Amino acid sequence: MYRYDDFDAAFIRARNAQFRAQVERRIDGSLTEDEFKPLRLMNGLYLQLHAYMLRVAIPYGTLNGARMRQLAYIAERWDKGYGHFTTRQNIQFNWPKLRDVPDMLDALAEVEMHAIQTSGNTIRNVTADHFAGAAADEIEDPRPVAELLRQWSTDHPEFQFLPRKFKIAVTGSPNDRAVTKAHDIGLRMVRDAAGAPGFEVIVGGGLGRTPMIGKVIRDFLPKADLLPYVEAIVSVYNLLGRRDNKYKARIKITVHEHGAEKIRALVEERFAQLRPQFSGVDQARLAGIEAHFAPPDFVSGPTDAYATERDTNPAFRSWSDTNLAPHRNPDYAIATISLKAHGGTPGDATAEQMRVMADLAERYAHDELRISHEQNVVLPHVHKSDLPAVYAALAKAGLATANIGLISDIIACPGMDYCALATARSIPVAQEIATRFGELRTEHDIGPLKIKISGCINACGHHHVGHIGILGLDRAGVENYQITLGGDGTETAAIGERAGPGFAYDEITPAIERLITGYLDLRSGPEETFIETYRRLGAAPFKAALYPESTRRNAA
Amino acid sequence: MSRQFTPKVVTANALIEGDVIYLTADDRWTRHHHEAELIEDHAHAQLRLLFAERQKSTVVGAYLADARRGRDGPEPVHFRETFRAVGPSNYPHGKQAGLIDVQI
Repeated sequence: MYRYDDFDAAFIRARNAQFRAQVERRIDGSLTEDEFKPLRLMNGLYLQLHAYMLRVAIPYGTLNGARMRQLAYIAERWDKGYGHFTTRQNIQFNWPKLRDVPDMLDALAEVEMHAIQTSGNTIRNVTADHFAGAAADEIEDPRPVAELLRQWSTDHPEFQFLPRKFKIAVTGSPNDRAVTKAHDIGLRMVRDAAGAPGFEVIVGGGLGRTPMIGKVIRDFLPKADLLPYVEAIVSVYNLLGRRDNKYKARIKITVHEHGAEKIRALVEERFAQLRPQFSGVDQARLAGIEAHFAPPDFVSGPTDAYATERDTNPAFRSWSDTNLAPHRNPDYAIATISLKAHGGTPGDATAEQMRVMADLAERYAHDELRISHEQNVVLPHVHKSDLPAVYAALAKAGLATANIGLISDIIACPGMDYCALATARSIPVAQEIATRFGELRTEHDIGPLKIKISGCINACGHHHVGHIGILGLDRAGVENYQITLGGDGTETAAIGERAGPGFAYDEITPAIERLITGYLDLRSGPEETFIETYRRLGAAPFKAALYPESTRRNAA
Repeated sequence: MSRQFTPKVVTANALIEGDVIYLTADDRWTRHHHEAELIEDHAHAQLRLLFAERQKSTVVGAYLADARRGRDGPEPVHFRETFRAVGPSNYPHGKQAGLIDVQI
């Protein structure tokens, strides 16, 4: 894991001191809210529906035990004893008081964390595959590159006032777990003909009110060219992106309006100017960063305990079926800790649970934790013989829900329970759907299925790329939920299609149940997943299941 | 003829705590919606909003929200204002936790 050098530490210290003084000046009346707001947003501090909210970056989703423990401390000391992990691998504290925020930022700095550029029209937290450095299908760990991008983009003078916010995601695997095609820039590691790793560069993806799948503007970019090439993209966007209309200011609109060909030509032209200016310092820096991400010293030893526990403990077997993923070392597994207990708030963890996860990371996972964009926590390196002990500890802390990738593993944005922008609630919708399918005990039979819920058109809950997407809207003063079908956030990315008229708050769970009953009737067999059935048959039979009355009317 | 005026309350967030607050008829800020002043004409609403907006070192983001007369005082009309008046639905936090009325 990357450790701050003296420069990083001094920079964060200076920024925190500045912000402390700015908060003091706001409180004593020397700064108006209009003056203060951009300053607090630069430091991740929002004013939401009921309170302030502090959004803390978890760079590329990587934490260690000490950092997780510090998040627990912050949650208890200055918040209400919990934190909310988000779809951008951040953590949000929902109840800080303005006066306490400088102390919270200092506490974060103690463990080399900050909230800089988690808001505003800047380059935001660079996200990465949550299985980075562990996945069996990985070409290379993408996190050194993500860290290089973080250092380059933090306080980059040219990119502090972009037309709009800018999000970069990076994956080192052909299987895209980082939703790279729905980011302003997506970087997908590939190899050239000679086997050297580089990146496929995807530009102009995004969700929100105008969802777009990103366009590939470079099939293969050598690793050494990454920084000048990304700088070329952002600088082209900085000049070309629209500033007349907030809703048309993201790079996806720039790419859409000008065409990928023109953007490619402009980027290549700019890149040709920039490339010679990169003397190699960035590559020296990258080499230094890579040393921080050296793989842990994997231990070898028998894995019999794992097999024995699977044979004798059905609950463990069920958990290991859903929550484990293949590790590049066959004696190891990647264990995902579900923050989706049936009926719980997706992505929330109590301080106590954070400490349990910190302990488990230190004891059993080479002191590494990851936050996934699906709002779960990952122990990336667990020796299989330790899995029974890990499971037992998780079960004791209410963290052993066996539902990763299933219908109750729902992404939900905070929605109108917290967010000032929301048009409807998302959390209770997720809670009710998960509770219902938990009671039915059908989710393992239903199989892999991604439900994603957003409480407004900005789509923080990624509903466009959910197999089933739910979008909460305000229709004439009443919450109303639109369903989209067939979305996909992986390497086969697709934007879901709207199914039809929306549903009232109390109609949405029954609607999802009809949809699932319809799917179970339609699928060719238990192996055919929801999305596969949808792709085979198209939307029509799913719509018929959702809207039985209109089907009956049409038949009459 | 002018359009029928929908009654309003002045609401904002407290600068330090971030709490949702409402302006009362006697110029206090209350945490309780039903203690707010129910404003029933446009001109008075604008005056009260200006009064709120001038309090730059205590409140943030003052605005007029639709309300109606209820048994115990003004009640929210839109569900967003109902949530602001109560708190989130997933935890018993916010006003529903039983915050006592604090004058700021």
